[in-house]
Amino acid sequence: MSAARVGVVTFPGTLDDQDAARAVRLAGAEAVPLWHAERDLKGVDAVFLPGGFSYGDYLRCGAISRFAPLMEEIVPAARAGLPVLGTCNGFQILCEAHLLPGALTRNQGLHYICRDQRIRVESADTAWTAEFERGQEIVLPIKHGEGRYVADAETLETLESEGRVVFRYMGGNPNGSLNDIAGITSEAGNVVGLMPHPEHAVEDLTGAPSVDGRGFFTSILKKLVNA
Amino acid sequence: MTLDSVKLALETPDERQPYAELGMKDDEYQRVREILGRRPTSSELAIYSVMWSEHCSYKSSKVHLRQFGTKAPKSEALLVGMGENAGVVDIGDGWAATFKIESHNHPSYVEPHQGAATGVGGIVRDIMSMGARPIAVMDALRFGGATQPDTRRVLPGVVEGIGHYGNCLGLPNIGGEVAFDPCYIGNPLVNALCVGLLRKDQIKLATAPGPGNKVVLFGARTGADGIGGASVLASATFEDESQAKRPAVQVGDPFMEKLLIECCLELYQADVVVGIQDLGAAGVSCATTELAAKGTGGMHVDLNLVPLRDPTLRPEEILMSESQERMMAVVTPGDIAAFMAICEKWDVPATVIGEVTDTGRLVMTWDGETIVDIPPGTAADDGPVYERPFHEPAGQAALNGDGPERLPRPSDLRETLLTLLGSPNLASKEWVTSQYDRYVRGNTVLAQPADAGMVRISEVMPGAEETTRGIALSTDGNGRYAKLDPYAGAQLALAEAYRNVAVTGATPLAVTNCLNFGSPEDPEVMWQFAEATRGLADACQILGVPVTGGNVSFYNQTGSAAIHPTPVVGVLGVIDDVARRIRSGFTAPGLRVALLGETHEEFGGSEWAHVVHDHLGGLPPQADLAAERGLAAVLAAAAAEGLIEGSHDLSDGGLGIALAESCIAQGVGASVSLPIEDAFVGLFSETAARALVCVRPEAFEALAELCGRFDVPCYGLGTTGGTSLVVEDVLDVPVAELREAHEGALPAIFG
Repeated sequence: MSAARVGVVTFPGTLDDQDAARAVRLAGAEAVPLWHAERDLKGVDAVFLPGGFSYGDYLRCGAISRFAPLMEEIVPAARAGLPVLGTCNGFQILCEAHLLPGALTRNQGLHYICRDQRIRVESADTAWTAEFERGQEIVLPIKHGEGRYVADAETLETLESEGRVVFRYMGGNPNGSLNDIAGITSEAGNVVGLMPHPEHAVEDLTGAPSVDGRGFFTSILKKLVNA
Repeated sequence: MTLDSVKLALETPDERQPYAELGMKDDEYQRVREILGRRPTSSELAIYSVMWSEHCSYKSSKVHLRQFGTKAPKSEALLVGMGENAGVVDIGDGWAATFKIESHNHPSYVEPHQGAATGVGGIVRDIMSMGARPIAVMDALRFGGATQPDTRRVLPGVVEGIGHYGNCLGLPNIGGEVAFDPCYIGNPLVNALCVGLLRKDQIKLATAPGPGNKVVLFGARTGADGIGGASVLASATFEDESQAKRPAVQVGDPFMEKLLIECCLELYQADVVVGIQDLGAAGVSCATTELAAKGTGGMHVDLNLVPLRDPTLRPEEILMSESQERMMAVVTPGDIAAFMAICEKWDVPATVIGEVTDTGRLVMTWDGETIVDIPPGTAADDGPVYERPFHEPAGQAALNGDGPERLPRPSDLRETLLTLLGSPNLASKEWVTSQYDRYVRGNTVLAQPADAGMVRISEVMPGAEETTRGIALSTDGNGRYAKLDPYAGAQLALAEAYRNVAVTGATPLAVTNCLNFGSPEDPEVMWQFAEATRGLADACQILGVPVTGGNVSFYNQTGSAAIHPTPVVGVLGVIDDVARRIRSGFTAPGLRVALLGETHEEFGGSEWAHVVHDHLGGLPPQADLAAERGLAAVLAAAAAEGLIEGSHDLSDGGLGIALAESCIAQGVGASVSLPIEDAFVGLFSETAARALVCVRPEAFEALAELCGRFDVPCYGLGTTGGTSLVVEDVLDVPVAELREAHEGALPAIFG
């Protein structure tokens, strides 16, 4: 059986692509580099949009990346069920591309903040969180200046009632996100976006003082193998 | 506006030129005329004025800096020494590390955010130009008193600038220092360090050999920012006109720099670069003269070809512009197409602006007329050298005579501990470091608040050997110690950075430095500089770690008041197996706590004297370099054998602060007794060459035996555990209370 293939996207200004690829490999999958300017998904089984400052975050975080040629392939594929994970800038891009509702705005405290953050898994029903337990508390690093999740009341109500809030901040909301939201999923549960960084929490030696990020990659691998 | 060409210069030999406004002295201008055999054109004057500025030519410091070479210890690790963009050391398994620290003090005072941001950008390009991938940054910062109003303007801006630029670049910020003292209120220090890794066989140098090779300018387009920066900003004393100088501060675009990094690495990988130089201070002037001087000796540049952001720029301004995110490469004609294709892939503009010649002259044209025709070495290497007069400051003896012995000692040591722990210099710097990304690239093993930053060597560039190694880095410098005794102060700065690297289990290997001083034209400041460089060179020799490069920043003064002399020293170390690194502080309950090193009564320049009595006098602690060397040897051996579970170096605030911070690190308490009878001295003396470690009880004997072998005193102090720090018969403080004092201080001031 050949290994599952997870595409890792690089835009100009993407920063966590090396970490993302490493996390994918450590979980036993093949990391396939995807270049923003190519309209080619290279037949991957899932896509990871890592963090960074794509296009310098000029205009608005993620606002330029959504127009990249590669995104024109990712958006319809995601709507058709391709598992897609976006962290940090990747989450911002997913919102700008309307694969996920709402938007991420400047942190309430106005400072960029890097810290190890406790979050609660609110849904184990997505492609990327099936290996977690609902209600499980995990620690992942956050590192962003614009991570305050906002959406209109109706959208928030829909997300909450449909169980599409996947992660919530615990022990203090770091950025003023509405409903303490740290991550959400699409209606079908295949697209997940979150501000925290699972790829920085997969090894004992480096990164955050936890390996809780591994769950994302074991989740997707299991799903792909069983598919 | 008429074009000042070489032809015109010959025709109008008596034309009055604004050399004084450009920071040139009469005799320097005369020398240019002698070199050229005519008056310089305005473009040539621009080149000489920036290249001969203090900032670029090191004219006042050169005679002292030579000691770093003449006294350098034998080191097989040194691959590239001083004089290049950054030094390079062999770290084993085919890998090399390059690192350097550089100041951006003046710009950061004028415009804190951009000043600090472009400081990071500049040092990162220095590292890139050696052929390396930059892998981490750190910064040494000094501000005025924490509660002084201007500090609230400067500090948040500097932190934001460093954070924004470094975070956007995707470089983890793994450490550094922040200290406060009123002497920096009109002159903050922003010293940025970058470290990069490369394959040993891929070192690039700033050289332009091979006539016919093309000169390519790539990266951002050239604008009016930073014009005069090198000569005006970096080499003149501040009066009250900093507002007027604002346009001379450069503006950074970290996104372009990130593209430049990836673009350069791909260019190196494709092997299409003969020589490369970043554009920093003095921009095109510096890059062309230095490349040409180190190459075949000649270069022809058509300045009309330089891509401009502002089309009205004159040639003189293009030569002096310090626009950021630019690099210059020398490329063979056969590789030009491949070079351009890679630049295009990364959306990096690249333009051929000239070619290498064998004429021995740097010639530049504008609108077809020759406006520069000089021997490049005269601008790049043969700048003026000054033997500035120096003498001991008038008040030095009185300062040294006013020792801390007269200061009343505290009766309540618990209160003193909490006061010091919450004082700005010793308090947690989380408010600052939480604004920096310490995780990106996924190789950060240790970062703030650990004594040193450490990164694993992994996935840096293709084609390299797998290795278990890691590198550790720390910077240090104590202006109060250096004020009391610049010779010892510089040695203590080195000793502490060296010790910080050693407590992680790494072996110190090489040194970079950033020497921050007042005006070299003041003989008292010059004495401080001479003493500090002599002290540092001597200490490097004894510790066996060569200086690989660095930077001198003079004129750090507002009016006649100079800052404390502040030599900041960075030390790079290597650990053979990064998994064996020693973590910070008390890592588990039930461990034996040991103090390595002897404690003497040393309070001159101490945090206690500073915080409690606002006193500075006497002499700093003794710099016992033999003891430092022994301590480092013990720590490296103990780490390799896996003997130590946690460590922390002793420095400002002494054992009391080290114990408190070790408890706070993982929320593990400890019960200890002091190694000497006088509890006040035991807790707060700042004797150097000491470290706190914790070991499994069964490993204590082996540690003591190891210490014996290296003549390092080893005192068992007690055990870790519980929720309080208990110092027998002296104090008992819950770790939560320690944490509150330590972590609450800076947020209370800066919000």
